[in-house]
Amino acid sequence: MNSEQPEEQRGTPIGRRVLLGTLGLGALGVVAAPTLQRGLEAFLGGAADKDPTGLTGLLPNGGGFRYYSVTSSVPHKNAENYQLKVDGLVDRPKTYTLADLRALPQTRMVKDVQCVTGWRVPDTPFEGVRLSRLLDAAGVQAKAGAVRFTCFDGAYTESLTLDQARRADVLVALRMQDKDLGHSHGGPVRLYVAPMYFYKSAKWLSGITVTEDVEPGYWEERGYDVDAWVGNSNGRDDEPTS
Amino acid sequence: MNLRVDAPTAATRIRRFGPVQRWVHRTTAALMGVCVVTAACLYVPQLAELVGRRELVVRVHEWSGLALPVPVLVGLASRAFRADLGFLNRFGPHDRVWLRAALRRDKRRASRPAGKFNAGQKVYAAWIAGASLVMLGTGLLMWFTHLTPIQWRTSATFVHDWLALTIGIVLAGHIGMALGDPEARRGLRTGSVSKEWAEREHPLWRP
Repeated sequence: MNSEQPEEQRGTPIGRRVLLGTLGLGALGVVAAPTLQRGLEAFLGGAADKDPTGLTGLLPNGGGFRYYSVTSSVPHKNAENYQLKVDGLVDRPKTYTLADLRALPQTRMVKDVQCVTGWRVPDTPFEGVRLSRLLDAAGVQAKAGAVRFTCFDGAYTESLTLDQARRADVLVALRMQDKDLGHSHGGPVRLYVAPMYFYKSAKWLSGITVTEDVEPGYWEERGYDVDAWVGNSNGRDDEPTS
Repeated sequence: MNLRVDAPTAATRIRRFGPVQRWVHRTTAALMGVCVVTAACLYVPQLAELVGRRELVVRVHEWSGLALPVPVLVGLASRAFRADLGFLNRFGPHDRVWLRAALRRDKRRASRPAGKFNAGQKVYAAWIAGASLVMLGTGLLMWFTHLTPIQWRTSATFVHDWLALTIGIVLAGHIGMALGDPEARRGLRTGSVSKEWAEREHPLWRP
């Protein structure tokens, strides 16, 4: 074989060097990531503002929301058929329509949104009814300790302790970015838990059940933290959002 | 009549790849395809909205990624496959000529000498192997989140995202070049290529 292919048998093992070099660059990338990421975020954030095509949104850290759903399809609900049921350990269970919720006093907050997978959308306005107002209206019983949220996608669930649920920065949100919540953002009504990672802010909210103890939600049964404070859970150290 | 037609065609076919090389390429391509499609469904908002089922898509992506190096590792048992890896690894003086010509966009045949694999294929093979291993490593850091320190996971995600984009572009180039060369594709599909193609594209190859 040597005599037949002299050209190909000898030569420098450059292939191996390219492979090892790629591995080395990858490792270096992991080490240098925090610095690189800050630079790129600043650059792409600026570029995204001037980009009419929206293509920068597809780049990693290019800004904007990502759509996550745990089911294959989610029914669409509107003012005619949307219902939010408040029940469990309460004196006065009640079902709200979209019009009922809109008639209640609205609170607007402008804070960053931080996803546990890393993306962050700065200064996002949310508007809606404070969860504490709905809980007070329902009359939470003395033995209650937690609140469980269910969604009309039929699968997603979330939970908060009663103390967390009563915080002033937890909303039953009807509007985001000063527009009515669209379907892909969890509309017409979603939960908004400002100080926590965004998986706590359940989309397509359809049920609020007051319970005795916290029951882990959908992602929490799959390894995420139940107390999902931004910057102080899930092994992350992001800047707090609230 | 038949003899006159068949005889020359049979004589001008040259064996390029054995069953092992073809199987390794096909299974690796299929696994890579699953990785890319599931990645797109996790990442591109419109596709994510269309497909949903996030947990299932994540599982499929993780396992196909983990399986990606397996066909090559299995292929190592074959002497013919190891010999091809040797050809891909070794760069001779003619490969330097080829790369220089490629940088100058010089497409003349005389300035593109190549053995069984040309220098571009060699660089691609080495790079995609290294890049896949980086994706595997960073992917594992993202998968087993509670095993690694805080900052590692964010950094791994950063590398995984950007390298995925790079691999996507390079892979599109790889597929695009294959689409432009039916005889090269026939080589991987049937194992043999025409003598004329071999002499034109790989003049230094001595099968």
